[in-house]
Amino acid sequence: MSIRERLSGNEATAFAMKQINPDVVAAFPITPSTEIPQYFSTYVANGQVDTEFVAVEGEHSAMAACIGAEAAGGRAMTATSSQGLAYMWEMVQIASSSRLPIVMPLINRAISGPLNIHCDHTDAMASRDCGWIMLFSEDNQEAYDNMIMAHRIAEHKDVMLPLMVCQDGFITSHSIENIELIEDDIVKEFVGTYKPAHYLLNKKEPIAVGPMDLQPYLTEHKKQQAVAMENAKIVIKEVSEDFEKMTGRKYDFFEGYKLEDAEYVIVCMNSTAGTVKETIDKLRELGVKAGLLKIRMFRPFPGEEIAKALSNAKSVAVLDRVPLVSATGGPLYEDVVSGMFVEGINVPTINYTYGVGGRDVTVEQIEKVYADLQGLKDMKEPYRFLGLKSK
Amino acid sequence: MKDLIEIRWHGRGGQGAKTASLLLADAAFNTGKYIQGFPEYGPERMGAPITAYNRISTKPIRLHSNIYEPDYVVVVDDTLLSSVDVTAGLKEDGAIVINTTRTAEEIRPLLNGYNGKVYSIDAKTISERALGRYFPNTPMLAAIVKVTEIMLVKDFIKDMEGSFKHKFAKKLEVVDGNMKALKMAIEEVKEL
Repeated sequence: MSIRERLSGNEATAFAMKQINPDVVAAFPITPSTEIPQYFSTYVANGQVDTEFVAVEGEHSAMAACIGAEAAGGRAMTATSSQGLAYMWEMVQIASSSRLPIVMPLINRAISGPLNIHCDHTDAMASRDCGWIMLFSEDNQEAYDNMIMAHRIAEHKDVMLPLMVCQDGFITSHSIENIELIEDDIVKEFVGTYKPAHYLLNKKEPIAVGPMDLQPYLTEHKKQQAVAMENAKIVIKEVSEDFEKMTGRKYDFFEGYKLEDAEYVIVCMNSTAGTVKETIDKLRELGVKAGLLKIRMFRPFPGEEIAKALSNAKSVAVLDRVPLVSATGGPLYEDVVSGMFVEGINVPTINYTYGVGGRDVTVEQIEKVYADLQGLKDMKEPYRFLGLKSK
Repeated sequence: MKDLIEIRWHGRGGQGAKTASLLLADAAFNTGKYIQGFPEYGPERMGAPITAYNRISTKPIRLHSNIYEPDYVVVVDDTLLSSVDVTAGLKEDGAIVINTTRTAEEIRPLLNGYNGKVYSIDAKTISERALGRYFPNTPMLAAIVKVTEIMLVKDFIKDMEGSFKHKFAKKLEVVDGNMKALKMAIEEVKEL
């Protein structure tokens, strides 16, 4: 029996961490971070977990402490957002290249400047090639469920990569919504214990972690990381299927909503997907064959599967919640269209920058995208801004 | 109750509008509803205008946008009436609940032509009598529950006693005052 609750995305994530009960949590409680370490530190103070909580002086140190703890053979977690991730960026790549399966919730918020603390995906996108698995979450339920699945994926012997669970800053992180929680003992059994094959505190097997790696072998080691990311696809599928058996909640690489027969498709991630679903229901009543492809697994990127799922559409819009200042498409757009190109699928696909710095995303804006898709004649204007006040 | 009720709160930083929206979400949740309670965060400063939102539904809620056409509006501080367009998009078959001591003749001209129902409540006097201090959010919470009829008043009172005991576990002396403020507000909220 699941537990009916109402929690914010931050509370739900902290609650998952309590149920996971990691060995070490290292975090810095500044504004760009989240309420997650604050809630979690209460669990520590109340003795509800036996985690070692390391209150560090900044996010760079938070990730460094997680790296140390994980290399020693423990299960380590932190949580961050925005500038916090920017500050830890250097260590984020040390974690993945050292093959340390750290799990980190990332509350997606803008990166300054100008100074803005609200939701967009700039933080995640600026770290998309750091070698972490990245799962995105539409609401508090998905954020919680992704957390429960995270360690099984990251710590799998064929993967051994760190993992971020992303959700939208404020929109879901600070919004109270209904949620179904899983009982403690069931979570504990599902997550299991972490038994690394190699770790620093194993006195029977002295090893070095993070040594210098120059011309002779770096390429080969990077190839191993790439293979691990490929393997993660298989493991994510398996773990998601197990999770479905346990909870009845189905997760895949992406979710299609009325996608089967859709002529006009929006591709997006996180909370906007819910607003798109509402819009689709409205448009379907008017006879418009609108559909959604919501990406859950952004790294590894399921380019082939996405391309095939979009192959019958008449036109597609990819929504990037990042400011486009590259004179080319946004990161999600580029990944989607490169997947389509490789698969030889030629469906007109345009790109929108939207919801930047917390700009509210409305049903009217989404209706505008579907109207644009219906009237799309050519690819003269592939890169667009949604809800722009003036040109 | 309709399938979906949308409520917008207007207050000033420090008055507890956000907390009130979360308590309302809690109370509705406890009656089996699907709920959302979320503030619109800005640069948070004491006294600055803030907005918070509630969706209360019989079905799961997927929308993740702000509320532009609310069924109800709650105004926690009537000085906002001259600076914020509190009735923007407010449905005529809904209502606005205002913390004020002013009369209908004084209030109506400040509502930008809104013709729906207007309720008033003197949350300041209630709060000061019941709690000895000015915390308008508890009376406003009770007033909006009464006006929206999202649940039976007796269920609400019972539920809030539990919530307050939980929330104020370390200062139980304020529970009675808050309960008194709730009950007074339910009696005193009136249509202008």
